[in-house]
Parts: sequence; structure tokens; C-alpha cells
Amino acid sequence: MQLAVNIAVLASIYALIACGYVLIYRVSRVLNLAHGELMMLAAYLLLTTASSFAGHPLFAISAAIGLSILVGAMVYLFLMRKMTGEMALAAVLATVALGVLLRGITVIVWSAQQQYPATALGLVNPSIALPGGARISLCGALLVACTAVAYGSLLAFLRFGRWGVRMRAAGQSPLLAAQRGINLHAIYAIAWSLSTFTGAMAGMLIALDSGLGQTMTIIGLKAFPAALVGGLDSLAGALAGSLIVAAAEVLLIHYVDPLLSEVVPFLVLIAMLVVRPWGLFGTREELDRV
Amino acid sequence: MSRLPRASGHFRTSYAQDFRLIQTPLERRWLAALLVALLTFPFIASPFLTDLASQALLAMVGAMALMLLTGFAGQVSLGHAGLLAAGAFTAGILFRETGAPFWMTLPAAALVGAFLGVVFGLPSLRLRGLYLAVSTLALHFLVAYVGGEYESKRGFSTGIVIDPPVIAGKAVTDPRAWYFILLTAAVLTLLVCLNLLRSRSGRAWAAIRANETVAEALGIGVAANKLLAFVISSMLTSLAGALFAYYRGFVSVEAFSLFLSIQYVAMIIIGGMGSVLGAILGAVFVTLFPYLIEAVMQLLPGAGAYAGVMFAVNYAAFGVVMILFLVLEPQGLVGIWRRVQTYFLLWPFKHKPVAGARR
Repeated sequence: MQLAVNIAVLASIYALIACGYVLIYRVSRVLNLAHGELMMLAAYLLLTTASSFAGHPLFAISAAIGLSILVGAMVYLFLMRKMTGEMALAAVLATVALGVLLRGITVIVWSAQQQYPATALGLVNPSIALPGGARISLCGALLVACTAVAYGSLLAFLRFGRWGVRMRAAGQSPLLAAQRGINLHAIYAIAWSLSTFTGAMAGMLIALDSGLGQTMTIIGLKAFPAALVGGLDSLAGALAGSLIVAAAEVLLIHYVDPLLSEVVPFLVLIAMLVVRPWGLFGTREELDRV
Repeated sequence: MSRLPRASGHFRTSYAQDFRLIQTPLERRWLAALLVALLTFPFIASPFLTDLASQALLAMVGAMALMLLTGFAGQVSLGHAGLLAAGAFTAGILFRETGAPFWMTLPAAALVGAFLGVVFGLPSLRLRGLYLAVSTLALHFLVAYVGGEYESKRGFSTGIVIDPPVIAGKAVTDPRAWYFILLTAAVLTLLVCLNLLRSRSGRAWAAIRANETVAEALGIGVAANKLLAFVISSMLTSLAGALFAYYRGFVSVEAFSLFLSIQYVAMIIIGGMGSVLGAILGAVFVTLFPYLIEAVMQLLPGAGAYAGVMFAVNYAAFGVVMILFLVLEPQGLVGIWRRVQTYFLLWPFKHKPVAGARR
């Protein structure tokens, strides 16, 4: 039972992060390898807002979320916009460089020590007993809830929202979309903000749950296989992929070797690339486009 | 290999002439001067500078190997650190477990590298671009995991210590001796790369990079040549890793993080894609960069506050430089160099004549 809960929590962590990868990839065909770093930056921003708005945790959290949305838009405006039209690989390397830069900045500003935003906010993280003898931390439960809400609203937004439809159009054919009067730069900026937003939620909740340090970038990177296993251009796929990766990780750690934690998602990734490189729900012609 | 047209006077009238590595007497003289400079360098420079030069030479081997794969064959790899780690660990493990001398561990490292080259290369038969990059990234983590597992299971949790190699009955510890060993390695790698590139496989890689379908139609074995590129590149990288292990006297999985892969990719980007000279320049740049930043930081007032987070300052500056190169100068240092060259070649004119102009 505890294992199932662990899987659910880990899967929702991965899913919440993976939808950031999927959003950006689906809309602009860019693989954002700085997603983990952006997520970490958001969590550090929470640390700062927590100290400036001491005693108002909700206010601090929303301020940090607002800031990270701004960061996402700025990343597009000042960096990725310059990379449009370049080789897909150049854009990926630009995000890698951005990640290195952000890692440096976070250490310079907030130091490399493990920090605990939960104590700075004055929040407690009680453990809740579930039926069946399992336990889940409050933040873990929140994570699952947030992921469910995020996916629900994202799917609805992409399906029914005016800008959501535009985003899908831009992802399918940027040229035609632009000719129909869709503002591609605005679309891409929104995709980056949305992806940073979901990443920020994941980053903050993880930081509230288990503290904040440079290792968070690894969690971000480990969520990437989840996105790819499901298919890089499919949101529903990301959910399925996260479940598979999380289940594999939790079970292998429990039954085989705890050290495997770092490597299991990548093993799943390799297996998927061998069997079905475009992912469970991805479109097949994606492969030739990149 | 495509050569830039000469300013004047030097015409190549046969293929043999076109393929020659050293084309003009002037080039020969410059090369001789460079060689003399490289050979006398450790006797003039301080041990610190010699060590820096050795690091740069070591980086060159890896960078040229990656350039061969990414810059010429067009196969992206983000798992370079994994291959370096494989070479280093092969040398380390063989030394620890069997006490093998370095003339046995180096070929063993090359063999392991060749094997891993096949493993890293197999996805390339099916995947391209981004997906290939991702698969090499995943393999990097796999290799790092195996190395870490060995370290912890055998009780070398802090790392494997390797004795310096013994050549002619003497242990090599002198920085100068190391400089010459690494110089030899770098020059040999350079020759291997240049000769490969002007051979049949080099031309095959250029064709594959340009267009796989056309290459296949021209009768080039795409799969075999891709794998060959991976195997040769991985062998060279693995050798560089083994040399690195001996040079440091120490192997630990921490040294081969993802950041190292990023650094190598940065080398070939900053240097300039598709140019062996670019790999060399990029390797020098990236190796010297942290020291440069440190020197600059010491000149700035109030730098003392950052002494504790120097590595983070390095990270940030490195990210900025990489972004600047990607955005402003995608051709890299070689692009700058060529532009300067063209400026002087064309002087006093600004532009090339339109007719017969070739780029």
C-alpha cells in the first residue's frame, strides 16, 4: 500500500514537471533542458518571498509563482526568440547553457546549502494516515492534487481555449498558423510561461516537502524520460509515462537496489527509444522532423 | 575537407595536391615555428602554466573526437563524459584489480571505448538529432551509474587512486614529462582526425551529415559509416579518459558529471562546428576560461565576497559565454578567425568580388 502511495506521489512529481517539457516541445519543437533549473529557480524565489512576506505564506507563494511566470516569459523574449529558425539542436544547447547559467546564479545568490522554505514560511508538513496503513505527507497529497488540477486545466485549455487552439495550431504548422494571423511570438512566450508555471509549482512543492538544494535539477532531468516515454508531443502521454517511470523507479529501488534511483528513468528511456522512439502516444512522423 | 580558396598564386592542379596536409612553404615554416614553440614551452613556462597547457592538450583530444562525431559526421552526442568515464574507469579498475601497466590499460580503454561506441552508436541507426542526443544522454547516466556502483561495492567510495605510469623504469610525475606525453597524444589525434577526414570515410561522413538519403543513394553505407564514426570517436575519447585518469592519479565518478559533457559540447560550439581547428581553439578556451574568470574577478573590487562561490561564478559566466556564442557567433572562434583572415586577404577591399565568389 505504501508503495502505491509512493508511486502516486513520484508519478505526480514527474507528471507535473514533464508537462512543462511537453508544452514547450509541442508548441515550438524545442527541448527545454533548463526545465529543472527553472523549477529550482522558482523554489529559490519562494525562499526570498517567504522572508520578505513573513507570516503570509499564501501571499509569498503567489508572489513567487508570479515571478517565475515572468521569468519564463523573459527566457523566451531574451533568449529563445533569438534561437527561432536556428537548428533545433542550437536551441537545445541554448537551454543547456541557460541551465548552467541559472545553476551558477542560484548558488551565488542563495548559496549551495540545503535550505527549507517550509520553515521559512512557517508551514508544517504533517504526515496523513491513509486507509490501508499507508502514510502520505501533506505536501505529497497537495502534489497529487496539483498535478490533477494542472493536467485537467491544461487539457481543457488546449482543447477549448482560444489561445489553446492557437497553441496547437502553432505546434502543428508554424507557417500556416502565422499566415492565419496567429502571433507566434506571443504563443511561444505563453508556452514558456505556462511551462515555467507548472515547473514552478512542482519545484515549490518539492522544496516544501523535502528541502531545496542543487539536487533539484536532477529531479527535473529525471522527469524528462517520463515526457519522452509518453511521447514528447502528448500531454496525456506524459501522464502515462510518468506513471510508468515512477512505478519502475519505486519498485526497483524497493526490491533491487536503492542506488538505482538515479538511473532507472534513463533505463526506461533507453528501452523506450529502442522499442518505440516516438513514445506511447506521440506522433510517429515527429522523428523525422527533428 | 573543404579548403578556403587562396588569395592568389597557389593553384592546386591535381587531387594529390589538393589532399596534401601542408600546402605551401609558408605553411610549412609556420608549422615548424609552432612546433618549436610547443616543444620549448615547458622549459620556459612555470609549472603552473605547463599544467594548464597539459590540461588543454588533454581536452583537445576529447574535443577533436567529439568534433569528428558531431561536427563532421553530424551525430549529436551529449554523453561524452560517459565515454571519458569509461576510459578512466577501465584504466583505474584494471590497475586496481590486476596491477596492469599503462601500456596494457590504454589499449584496454580503447577497446572498451570501441565497444561503447557501438552501444552509443546503435541508436543513431534509428534516431536522429534531438532523440539521438537524448539517447546518448541516457547512456551517459548508465555508464556513470556502473562506475559509481563499482566504486561503492569495492569500497573505493571516494575514488580509485592510480599510480603514475612507468616509462623506461621511471615513474612519470614531472609536469614537463606529462606535457610531452599529452602533446604527443594531441598531435597523434590531430593526425588521425585530419587523415580520416581526407579519406573515404571522411567524405562519407560529410555526405551523411549533409543528407542521409542522398548519401545512401550515392552508395555510401550510412549505417556502417555512422557506427564507424561513433567507434573511432569513442575510442579516442576513451583513451583521453584513461590519460586523464593517469594524469590526475585518481578516478572518481564525480569528475564525470553531465557538466563535463556540456563542457565538451561547448568546446566544439565555441570553437566552431565542422572544423578541427575549432575543436583545438575551443578546448583551449574552455580549459583556460575558469582561470581567466578568476583573474578577472581578482581585479574587480569587492571580489572577496565571491571567493567562496567561485565555482558558481564560473558556472554563470560559462553559461553566459555559451549563450553569447550560440546567439551572436554560431560559427565560433573559427568564424572570427576566418573573418579576420578574409579582412586581410581582401584589404583594401571590403567584400569579395561577386563573380566566382565561393564560400
